[in-house]
Amino acid sequence: MIHLTINGLGVSVEEGATLLEAAQSVGFPIPTLCHMEGLSPYGACRLCVVEVGEGARARLVSSCTYPAQEELVVRTASARVLRARRMVIELHLASCPQSKTIQDLASALGVRQQRFRQEQESCILCGRCVRMCAEQMMAGAIGFRGRGQSRSVGTPFDQPSDACRLCGGCLYVCPACELRCTYTEPEKAVCGGCANLQPPCVENGRFDQMMCYMDPCVACEIAAQRR
Amino acid sequence: MRSLSSVEDLAALRQRLAGRGERAIPTIVIPAGTCGRANGALDLVRAAKRELLARELVGRIGLRVTGCHGFCEMEPSVLVAPHGTFYPKVASEEMGRIIGAAAQDRVVTDLLFADGEGERIERQDDIPFFARQTRRLLGRNQEVDPTRIEDYLASGGYAALAAALAAGPEPVVAEVKASGLRGRGGAGFPTGAKWEMLARQPGRRGKFLVCNADEGDPGAYMDRSALEGNPHAILEGMLVGAVGTGANEGVIYVRDEYPLAIRHVSMAIRQARALGLLGERILGTDLSFDIEVVRGAGAFVCGEETALIRSIEGKVGEPRQRPPFPVQRGIDGKPTLINNVETWANIPLILEKGAAEFAAVGTQGNSGTKIFSLVGKVKRTGLVEVPMGATLGEIIHDIGGGPVGAAAVKAVQTGGPSGGCIPAARFDLPVDYDALTAAGSIMGSGGMIVMDAHTCMVDVARYFMGFLKQESCGKCFTCRKGTQRMHEILDDITRGEGSPEHLQLLEELALAVKDTTMCGLGQTAANPVLSTLRYFREEYLEHIRHGRCPAAVCKALVTYSINEACTGCGACRRACPGEAIRGASKERHVIDSARCTKCGMCVTVCQFGAVAVA
Repeated sequence: MIHLTINGLGVSVEEGATLLEAAQSVGFPIPTLCHMEGLSPYGACRLCVVEVGEGARARLVSSCTYPAQEELVVRTASARVLRARRMVIELHLASCPQSKTIQDLASALGVRQQRFRQEQESCILCGRCVRMCAEQMMAGAIGFRGRGQSRSVGTPFDQPSDACRLCGGCLYVCPACELRCTYTEPEKAVCGGCANLQPPCVENGRFDQMMCYMDPCVACEIAAQRR
Repeated sequence: MRSLSSVEDLAALRQRLAGRGERAIPTIVIPAGTCGRANGALDLVRAAKRELLARELVGRIGLRVTGCHGFCEMEPSVLVAPHGTFYPKVASEEMGRIIGAAAQDRVVTDLLFADGEGERIERQDDIPFFARQTRRLLGRNQEVDPTRIEDYLASGGYAALAAALAAGPEPVVAEVKASGLRGRGGAGFPTGAKWEMLARQPGRRGKFLVCNADEGDPGAYMDRSALEGNPHAILEGMLVGAVGTGANEGVIYVRDEYPLAIRHVSMAIRQARALGLLGERILGTDLSFDIEVVRGAGAFVCGEETALIRSIEGKVGEPRQRPPFPVQRGIDGKPTLINNVETWANIPLILEKGAAEFAAVGTQGNSGTKIFSLVGKVKRTGLVEVPMGATLGEIIHDIGGGPVGAAAVKAVQTGGPSGGCIPAARFDLPVDYDALTAAGSIMGSGGMIVMDAHTCMVDVARYFMGFLKQESCGKCFTCRKGTQRMHEILDDITRGEGSPEHLQLLEELALAVKDTTMCGLGQTAANPVLSTLRYFREEYLEHIRHGRCPAAVCKALVTYSINEACTGCGACRRACPGEAIRGASKERHVIDSARCTKCGMCVTVCQFGAVAVA
């Protein structure tokens, strides 16, 4: 067991546990976006930062990736942490304002407006879909391409992937794209029609209605070849 | 040469090579690093060979093709050893005269180096640029042909390895620790302490040593010159490291944009293997160590150690959370120690001189020398090696010769994109890890870009942010988006669209990026913004409040006009590529601001200073 201090409270956790798990085990809330139980820690969204260490050596680390260490002193909601989190969520809000998840997080942190030039991006590159595809679906059909500002998620060279089984897991775990592909049945959470060999959207030739994450859509291309 | 089977064999071979007397005869030394070759050093080599053959001087006059000596601005140059006569910017046609003079022990006076209008200086060591340096590492470059292990051996090479083998692991680590050497890659972590950590790791599965030669800072090229000019020193440093830490595999991670460095270091590895200095049971001892070259595909972030490890493993170069540190879990999960090129190059020196003599140069806590690439608005550019703790003023004014034009030096940018700008008022600052960090910059790997009054600091910050925006791996949201947003705001300010609120937001954002990113790239990405805001806030305010760029760099804020000094000579009218200048002969000309592209051509050609830029 590892013994550490979180917000002044002594906590013991198993070796290998992350700071996020340690904090959650005693009920300290830490907001997260890219973290998901069952997927490996990634540390992309930077929302879960906490302050570790003391004095001049204190610094912020992402709690979802940082392993709990003996005698570590952690603060999950210090002024420095909250200031940083507010800026992180403001940046998220500036890029991806339509996400209900992000709006709620911003609201909870007291961020009511953002001061940057408004963008309308649909992906925050949190990597949940990539990890879902590789780790839970054992497919590895999608991954990150490019770096810096040209980084994106998709299949290699945007070609339909043989590894993709059209399970829709990537859509399901996405925290940003509130508009999941529902095709003609908006009341459904996910249409799932693309899992069929003859998806309804392809039959009607109404690709515009698709909000499929896979761009270009794999299902319809495969279906189109079979017709 | 046959493989060496013992330390005594090595000593005997060195003695035989040194006794050949190659060093006693006058030798034409031609630096042909990348900088030299770009300026035609290979033409000089060809001309020299032809002359030596034609004059039947082979055997009486030697020829040595080396790596860069540091005075890159004067390439292609020729050095006549052992006297040390230095000829700058030599044309191939002059080679005959130089060789003829060397054969008769004379000097070609009119080809010698002169500082401006000053007197001609004969010997390289008397030129202020060289005289004020402490060339412990760079000085070796002129002694050895990097493609010949014989040269390196004859000049005392691989003696440190023999000393290390004789001493054993603990004393080697203790010696490096006592030397006080700190990592030359930028962060300044004590090298000896790092070695000790690796030595303590269990080594059943093997351990790695890595030489980080993924030098990517704009304007910095020390590591390239070290690898090109003296690759065996790096190999020897790593071998000593293997003795000290028990590592059995080595990797030199060098960026693919350095083809000559890759070639030289690959040749050096081949030669060392042939001599039995790399491989199984080196020199008949229990030491087994081999080195492999891995070429980086040109991502700046791969200089960060966890990203570098992933790149070596063949994965996408993205940093990961530390801990676990590479010393605990590195390449393929094995303990891995990563040191910069210059750090490895210093190791043989420590073993040869001893820790005490090594630490005699430099200051307390910052021992030894550091190589900087001095570039920008300074009279003498090139690689300079100074003791740690030398002041910025000494480097820029005494060695670099001060500003290039009439405009005074305003600031110096150290540490590349992760570093910051230090104003001229603080040039008394000693160059060491701690002082530079306290001043808001970093030592970095050693880039030093000098700026004068014609450099706009907002534009500099914008340039570096544009670089980082491209080079951020994109994994961390705050690094990817933070650099993009900082660049966006800086871009707005340089286009005259900034507001005081922008400045506040920029500062808040910069601090958040510094705090919340995962790796060193993100954590230092805000430095260009924070340091310019700290020292040059007035320039930012000038842009925002008055829509004026004091350095006349930001095009959107600058207008060109012709004042009464105009004689109507028409030079600007003819030179203007946009045909924006009108005016009759011998009458004052006028610039049509609608057509003006603000290229600055008119300023360059005007002999009367009649073009006003404001």
